[in-house]
Amino acid sequence: MTELTELGVKAIRDGVAAGDFTALEVAEAHNAAVAAAGELNAFIVTTPDHALAAAEKVDSDRAAGKALGAMAGVPIGMKDLFATQGVQTTAASHILERFTPEYESTVSQNLWNAGAGMLGKLNLDQFAMGSSNETSYFGNVVSPWRHKDGGNADLAPGGSSGGSSAVVAARIAPAATGTDTGGSIRQPAAFTGICGIKPTYGRCSRWGVVAFASSLDQAGPMARSVEDCAIMLEAMAGFDPKDSTSLDLPVPEWEANLSADLRGKKVGIPREYRMEGTDPEILESWERGKEWLRDAGAEVVDISLPHTKYALPAYYIIAPAEASSNLARYDGVRYGLRELPDGAGLQDMYAATRAEGFGDEVKRRILIGTYVLSAGFYDAYYNQAQRVRTLIARDFEKAWAQCDVILAPTTPTAAFALGDKTDDPLAMYLNDVFAVPASLAGLPAMSVPAMLNGDGLPLGLQLIGKAFDEQGVLNAGLAIQQRAGFDAKPEKWW
Amino acid sequence: MSVDQTTVAKIASLARIKMSEDELARMAPELSQILDWVEQLGEVDTSQVEPMTAVIPNTLRLRDDAIDADPLTGGDKRDAVLANAPAAEHGFFGVPKVIE
Repeated sequence: MTELTELGVKAIRDGVAAGDFTALEVAEAHNAAVAAAGELNAFIVTTPDHALAAAEKVDSDRAAGKALGAMAGVPIGMKDLFATQGVQTTAASHILERFTPEYESTVSQNLWNAGAGMLGKLNLDQFAMGSSNETSYFGNVVSPWRHKDGGNADLAPGGSSGGSSAVVAARIAPAATGTDTGGSIRQPAAFTGICGIKPTYGRCSRWGVVAFASSLDQAGPMARSVEDCAIMLEAMAGFDPKDSTSLDLPVPEWEANLSADLRGKKVGIPREYRMEGTDPEILESWERGKEWLRDAGAEVVDISLPHTKYALPAYYIIAPAEASSNLARYDGVRYGLRELPDGAGLQDMYAATRAEGFGDEVKRRILIGTYVLSAGFYDAYYNQAQRVRTLIARDFEKAWAQCDVILAPTTPTAAFALGDKTDDPLAMYLNDVFAVPASLAGLPAMSVPAMLNGDGLPLGLQLIGKAFDEQGVLNAGLAIQQRAGFDAKPEKWW
Repeated sequence: MSVDQTTVAKIASLARIKMSEDELARMAPELSQILDWVEQLGEVDTSQVEPMTAVIPNTLRLRDDAIDADPLTGGDKRDAVLANAPAAEHGFFGVPKVIE
């Protein structure tokens, strides 16, 4: 029998339902893989008992002949940005260290209701601010991938969902939750050779997800196949009255409607994504992607998204502005860390607590956000960025007159080494240049693995769809998956 | 427009983050670099567009005007609300003395 840790979401769910193995066996195999992977530093806390309890419930439900959920018997990793009742939730920050929620986030509750169990809380960039998982208070996550020349430099698993990408690629979890504000699902998925989808803004409830930039934050699944992403997204999504921006729409049957037949579909290739300095191998993967989609029956058409180059600077005004406002709640009064120097008053306590509790990148973004929202600069920065955001969304609207889905690279380069970009915040930001436009427009977007580059590292392709059309994105992703035949995985060294 | 150390000190104070002179000296050029880079948005003619307010068209809902309509977020949660407070006393959040 195949090792249970090699199985994906669908294979585990169907195998448990068919009685090929028990959910308990699956949970135990994955708990063992988690325990053996300390070197990756992918977990902030592990929760083997949660995984076992969920598995035992699934096994007893099956024995009793009860209907099983869509994720029954599947143990997953939970990004430590989702509040989990009774389990420490930190957002990888010192300021929330030891914070133990009294409630469960809607998305995680939906997954438990569907029969999933939790292996642990996954490391991430602090407050999801970063693209390499190097801003966590709990240390860097190390990618399971290495250069094929045998060099053992530690590579970045991407960010901010770096713990999620690392454990899914390393066969420690069949799937994990991610969140995407400006590429934080897609970029780590691309760096580690897995799939990840950010749905339309509002599909997944933000209730109980530690807030970064509320107009952009969306949860989504990360897994090793398009089918697994469809199954898990279906379990995560749904209307939630506790989130004012939640979409009051039924959840489509994405899994049942998967089809790689793209006849009659048009795939747009945005000319502005062909940027100077893009890695030639990335461009080659893009060419292959076009061929694969043509082979699936689609027509490939050139399109223009003229404001693409302004998306990233607009994002780096809007996201920090929202962050500076959202993170004002960390004051040392209601939860989390408190620093109270001798003789300090209330204002001194706020300033000391926030100085001690936030990392450098978080401080940097709070300061930028505070600056662009301050009197005298609000119009020039924040309002101008929101106007540019309108233009970016309009670019996509116009593109949909010519195509059904857009194909682009996910990232401008393959994974870089840890430490490579930490001294230059701007160089780090530029890594999200292809991911951010879809975020600003609230559109569903997915990364699927395409090929390995000359160094033996994965490259991802991105599919961007119309609002509410996750199906179109998943279907095009499936067509690529079937043709790319990507089955590379990192060699175990940890 | 570049920001100097004095400006960064003012922003940090507005954001209630205590910063040493060393930190301010390190942060000022980093913030300047980022702000210089976002300046390019000024090139875009936005005279004919409104700032985006909602990325996906959606209407805000009103909940029923009922006490504790949602038991999860309704009242009677004092202990749960205080459970993670660094200093909770007598059913209240404890803070340093504010009035001399």
